[in-house]
Amino acid sequence: MEFDGTIFWDALTSQEYLDGAVLSIGLAAASQVLAVIIGFVVALGRISKHRAPRAVAGLYVWFFRAIPTLLVLLLVWNAGPQLFPALREDWFSPFLAGLIGLSIVEAAYMAEIIRAALLSIDDGQAVAARALGLTPLQVLRKVLVPQAIKVALPPTGNEFIAMIKYTSLASVISLRELLTTAQVGVSVTFRYAEYYVAALVYYLVIVSLVMLLQSWIERRYRWTSTVPTRRFLPPSWSRRSPGAPGSTGTPNAAQEALKV
Amino acid sequence: MSTANAEQPAATTGRHAHQLPLLRVQDLHKRYGATEVLKGVDFTVDRGEVKALLGPSGSGKSTILRLMALLEAPDAGEIILDGKRLGVSVSGGRVSHLRERDLARQRTDIGMVFQRFNLFNHLDALHNVMLGLTQVRKVSRSEARDRAHAMLTRVGLAQRAGHFPSELSGGQQQRVAIARALVMDPKVMLFDEPTSALDPELVGEVLAVMEQLAGEGMTMVVVTHEVRFARRVADEVALFDSGQIVEQAAPDEFFDRPQHERTRRFLEHVH
Ligand SMILES: Nc1ncnc2c1ncn2[C@@H]1O[C@H](COP(=O)(O)OP(=O)(O)OP(=O)(O)O)[C@@H](O)[C@H]1O
Ligand SMILES: [Mg+2]
Repeated sequence: MEFDGTIFWDALTSQEYLDGAVLSIGLAAASQVLAVIIGFVVALGRISKHRAPRAVAGLYVWFFRAIPTLLVLLLVWNAGPQLFPALREDWFSPFLAGLIGLSIVEAAYMAEIIRAALLSIDDGQAVAARALGLTPLQVLRKVLVPQAIKVALPPTGNEFIAMIKYTSLASVISLRELLTTAQVGVSVTFRYAEYYVAALVYYLVIVSLVMLLQSWIERRYRWTSTVPTRRFLPPSWSRRSPGAPGSTGTPNAAQEALKV
Repeated sequence: MSTANAEQPAATTGRHAHQLPLLRVQDLHKRYGATEVLKGVDFTVDRGEVKALLGPSGSGKSTILRLMALLEAPDAGEIILDGKRLGVSVSGGRVSHLRERDLARQRTDIGMVFQRFNLFNHLDALHNVMLGLTQVRKVSRSEARDRAHAMLTRVGLAQRAGHFPSELSGGQQQRVAIARALVMDPKVMLFDEPTSALDPELVGEVLAVMEQLAGEGMTMVVVTHEVRFARRVADEVALFDSGQIVEQAAPDEFFDRPQHERTRRFLEHVH
């Protein structure tokens, strides 16, 4: 049995695959956003001056990093309605269960990323902001968070890409995301290669788009002034500056150190 | 005279003789764990006066500035600015430390300039200067922009308004930091070794801005190792050692006729 291009193409362009892909992206994006929000609160707890929030946040990170995500999904979807009658209603969909399960687990990892990002900003800037008269909340919002975002972006991009693939775990709670869709196709036709490669193509496209999005966001966090005249320098000049010819980026520490 | 007498108007600066001190520090104590860093510090600064603080490393100079800037609370003692005791609320004889939110409001009267500049790396020079106006003073963005620009012009950096800290020299960064503090219109400016982190050729531009500021009548407390600056600009110079003021006097007295052995030894090192 050789690779049948028609079966592959039909699968690739089928409504089921598109639906599965949209579901995967949607679930991953919603879970990631929720995880960032919960993770931010947990991170603040982790770096709090007070013992109680530190303990609670520490416990959260420990617990949800320790248990398998699959188990969390099963608990939310199956044990949840058993314990809480309110969850036996129709509105408690597999999507919602997946969203809850994936986001509370991911929040534990995001909390560590955000904590590290907040701690990476030198203390002097917060002190200077306090000296100006900014309140603690303003110091956080106007000085620490904008800079922490820059530090947290690359690892968060990693997490989001992993999250897109983690959505396939939601097959255990009968959610027909991308990989489940492929699996269903295979189980009917036994055309492994065609259906799996079609799914593979989807993942490649999705992750490429995410990477583009990430680099676009990172570019907005460069914090260098754009000096228009540099664009008009002759090529021999701009070659001396790092980055592509015509780029106005200044070298970062790593580029400086490695002379790349 | 080992410490300034709070009741006595600064006799060394005749032009302020009839005013109450703008800033008065009384019997300030601070310890970190087992080390007592400030052992009862007293001094006063008159309106428009420039006071230079000299002293060896680890003597507590930065600590006393941090306390005056209300960034940390003293263990004991008082900081009185313009007749008002800072950092605490007194009700019915009971003294309690202010919460961070209320401290924030009081800090706006005190400008602080740090050894390491501490500019906000994600903001260009203009927005570094604007942040306090928009966030703390609640000034509109357009007015804040105008005032920040005027302040950058004053420190000679109008051309660099759009540059980020990473694109500025140390001297330029420190001038932005001075503008950032100054734009809040503080009653007193505190400088913690503002030129110690600078290359020698960049020290002059920062000292020039500070000297200009002193000439305009700003009240200043300057921790510095720049003896020539202290001699030329300060109204009074104090030697700080082991958490106490050892000697304070007018610059000529202080440098040419030091009364204390400790001062003589210190001056031998810095000269
Ligand atoms: N947050 C802190 N925790 C513990 N000890 C501290 C702290 N800050 C300062 N110290 C100690 O207090 C003493 C005085 O420090 P301070 O920074 O005020 O000295 P300084 O006179 O400014 O010295 P330098 O000229 O080196 O800046 C030092 O022994 C220092 O180790
Ligand atoms: Mg110091």
